[in-house]
Amino acid sequence: MDAIFLQILNGLDKGGAYALIALGLTLVFGTLGVVNFAHGALFMLGAFCSVSFYKLLTLSKQVKDESITFFDAFKEQPYLEIWFGDYGTTIIDLAVPLSILFAIPVMLLIGLIMERGLIRHFYKRSHAEQILVTFGLAIVLQEVIKSMFGANPIPMPAPEIVSGSAPIGVLFGMGESVVYPWWRLIYLLFSGIVIAGVFAFLNMTTYGMVVRAGMMDRETVGLLGIDVERRFTVVFGLAAVVTGLAGVMYAPILPPDYHMGMDFLVLSFVVVVVGGMGSLGGAVAAGFLLGILQSFASMNEVKSIIPGIDQVIIYLVAVVILLVRPRGLLGRKGVMED
Amino acid sequence: MKTPTIKQDMVVMLIFSAVILTMPVWLEPLGASYPDLLQKFAIFGIFAVGYNILFGLTGYLSFGHAAFLGIGSYTAVWSFKLLTMNILPALVFSVLLSGLFALLIGFITLRRSGIYFSILTLAFAQMSYNLAYSVLTPITNGETGLQLARDDARILDRLFSEAGEGLPSTDFFGFSMSGYSGFYICAVLLIIAFFISQRIFHSPFGTKLRAIKSNQTRMKYTGYNTKPYLLTAFVISGMYAGLAGGLMAATDPLAGAERMQWTASGEVVLMTILGGVGTLIGPMLGVGIIKYFENIFSALNEQALHQAYAFMPDWLATVMVTLTSPFVGEGWHLTLGALFVLIVIFLPGGIMEGMNLIKKRFSKKEAEPSPTEKATETGQ
Amino acid sequence: MNNTILEIDNVQKSFGGLKALHDLNLKIEEGKVHAIIGPNGAGKSTMLNVCIGQLAPDSGTVTFNGENMIGKAPHEINQAGISRVFQTPEIFPDLSLLQNVMITAFATREGAFKMNLFRSLSNETEIEDEACQILTEIGLMGKQHSHAGSLSRGDKRRLELAMCLVQHPKLLLLDEPTAGMARHDTNKTIDLLMKIKEGGMTKIIIEHDMHVVFSVADHISVLAQGTIIASGTPDEIKGSPKVQEAYLGGAHL
Repeated sequence: MDAIFLQILNGLDKGGAYALIALGLTLVFGTLGVVNFAHGALFMLGAFCSVSFYKLLTLSKQVKDESITFFDAFKEQPYLEIWFGDYGTTIIDLAVPLSILFAIPVMLLIGLIMERGLIRHFYKRSHAEQILVTFGLAIVLQEVIKSMFGANPIPMPAPEIVSGSAPIGVLFGMGESVVYPWWRLIYLLFSGIVIAGVFAFLNMTTYGMVVRAGMMDRETVGLLGIDVERRFTVVFGLAAVVTGLAGVMYAPILPPDYHMGMDFLVLSFVVVVVGGMGSLGGAVAAGFLLGILQSFASMNEVKSIIPGIDQVIIYLVAVVILLVRPRGLLGRKGVMED
Repeated sequence: MKTPTIKQDMVVMLIFSAVILTMPVWLEPLGASYPDLLQKFAIFGIFAVGYNILFGLTGYLSFGHAAFLGIGSYTAVWSFKLLTMNILPALVFSVLLSGLFALLIGFITLRRSGIYFSILTLAFAQMSYNLAYSVLTPITNGETGLQLARDDARILDRLFSEAGEGLPSTDFFGFSMSGYSGFYICAVLLIIAFFISQRIFHSPFGTKLRAIKSNQTRMKYTGYNTKPYLLTAFVISGMYAGLAGGLMAATDPLAGAERMQWTASGEVVLMTILGGVGTLIGPMLGVGIIKYFENIFSALNEQALHQAYAFMPDWLATVMVTLTSPFVGEGWHLTLGALFVLIVIFLPGGIMEGMNLIKKRFSKKEAEPSPTEKATETGQ
Repeated sequence: MNNTILEIDNVQKSFGGLKALHDLNLKIEEGKVHAIIGPNGAGKSTMLNVCIGQLAPDSGTVTFNGENMIGKAPHEINQAGISRVFQTPEIFPDLSLLQNVMITAFATREGAFKMNLFRSLSNETEIEDEACQILTEIGLMGKQHSHAGSLSRGDKRRLELAMCLVQHPKLLLLDEPTAGMARHDTNKTIDLLMKIKEGGMTKIIIEHDMHVVFSVADHISVLAQGTIIASGTPDEIKGSPKVQEAYLGGAHL
């Protein structure tokens, strides 16, 4: 029982990441009609936003290490600590959550540049060409990151205060032995908030309404005299931010490396397909669903019955869904049907 | 847009064979005539020529072909371990087994078209990669990769001779797979592979595949059952990939799971696109260019760059080195990615399209293009 | 020889709340040119879509040559002998005109699937000759090696017609073969239709241009709101005041 409870949590929290990435992908696909293979790279860039922000905060100079007295020893001390003392230390400790503030403008900028510079010219080209050009772009982005940050994963610390585990079991009357890492709980909460934010934006603002109308019928919205092109740019920027944020907060869970984008890309496409191409709700639902499924598949009890199931479960589900229900769980008719 | 006659095809075949077989000679001045690289040209040539039968003719973009390459490699290594170091059975098994897998995967994935097909192949590629790394370790030897060992069974070899000292090496009835003899074996296979691909391109079957790419709806209302056509193309290209994988193992008896990753399929897509999708020669050109420059670029480092720019004034050389160094050595993949983007944006038809554009410029200045020129214009 | 070649029996088809076809009954006699007329949205194209297996009807049957066509795949229906010219030309834009016609000819000769991997297309002289002959008849010879995608819209229509004719179908469906054509081209198409009419091939033609309809049709049915409201010879239809008032307005006559 405890194990199952933890697996559900685990799955929800993995699903949070899947849902966020798939949400961005669906936004781009649904409004712009572009199949973006560089979407995983956005996730990766988000994660590296937090890495660079952390590096920025910990810019150091060499100072004499006072604790060692019998010879002249030097240690690195961040400028922030030198200037602000304990406040500086606290700021560094909070690097990851703070880098959200840093990541939002950066990801928005990256998104805008990508859309204006490249994606825009591919609206009218075939899906195969869109896949190819964005795939090339993904390679470029990941290689740039590799040359800047190296090939090894870079561990990112969660803030001290939430680095431990939460006695979550107590809340549900399961005893204190049932614990779960604080940061993962925060991630789950965070993804919930971002998802809610995106839906609120789309459903409650006129701007969002136009975007949703655009997802239904692009041509008509264009004919109504609305500047669709500019909105496309904004939507792409929004998708980049959402995906980037998913990456920022994921950094303490999975140490970022340059190829994490490609790893998550296939996953996110699978999620989108299962949810139904062009359906935002579907993307979110499928994200959580697949996250939970994967968690259960990696339980030892399950693995001992069907070996290797944890490695393929998500893809198997996608294959089955695509074959028996091509529109996915919540897909609408007429979106990208063949 | 005339289908070339058999005579024209034969001429092309002769030229192609001559060019391939004399590669060690004419690549000498380019510094690319050593056997390892030549073998790579031929092996990836087979892979790309086969991939082009699917992607070029039918337009179905598969990201799963690296899986067939991997299956070919594993099969070949197992044949070396269990049966004999002769490559013949290894290659036969590679082709057959990857063909079988292609039949199975193709049967499922081809139920959808367009982007859904691409995603399905992605899913299968990722599944085979993950499985090869985890539960299939007894077959694939996981992360280490499948290797030969001295005490392997090699039943057929044992019938004729005792196990020697050290690891045996692969051969084809006495011709070693290393060095130039290895290249010539690969080259002959490439020529056969190219010949088959040429026959398919210019057969009614190949024309029907192109018709499917052009307008599948029309094909159905014209009385064709398109599925078996697509499946045949898929299986053939899967078998080509299996052959290439088998040859990789034959020239270097090691098979690892990373060969199956979907991004590895991206490389063959790139080669095909760079040369010219749907043209006969294009994929070969793409392979040549990419493998050649990979070889040159990844060997370069800053020092070599400084030497290359030595003729420039110092400050300019420094600027140039800073500008170009991210693209060489370890950064070769960056160059590859950038090239990919540029090609898709500016020259979706690849080098073959570029050559046709140039040719058209020239023939515009002259009076009327001759009929033979028109025939070659399509690059088929 | 008043054999019924195609019988549409009680076919119903609705899209959501919209009833596109409602109790549709129609008999097509062998060797006749049967025109279907009616206002926009009457269900004419839907009817053809049901006939060629593009749409499955909600109920009812379509019998062709004594065989039920419902539930068959489009290629099976074509192999049974029904070819269709679409309203917007469906051709193979990336192939040459000759290849376009040859491909369709192969379908009739070799069936739905044949793995002739190693024959050379350039050696198929028999089929090539036949394709050339049709292209000559239709007036596209001379362009046979150019890209079909580069043709004008009118020429694309004619190419599609050639592609269907080379199949020698038992039943040819023509969906507005002259839509959007200039008068000159329309007349050319009428001549062509008259020429193939002599071949004795059964044809269903959907057409708005009454000039065309009364030039070529042996029999006319009027479709409105998904059902046949009148049927008869051109003279009967011309004389029917009801039809005249409702659908022809007398303008074209």
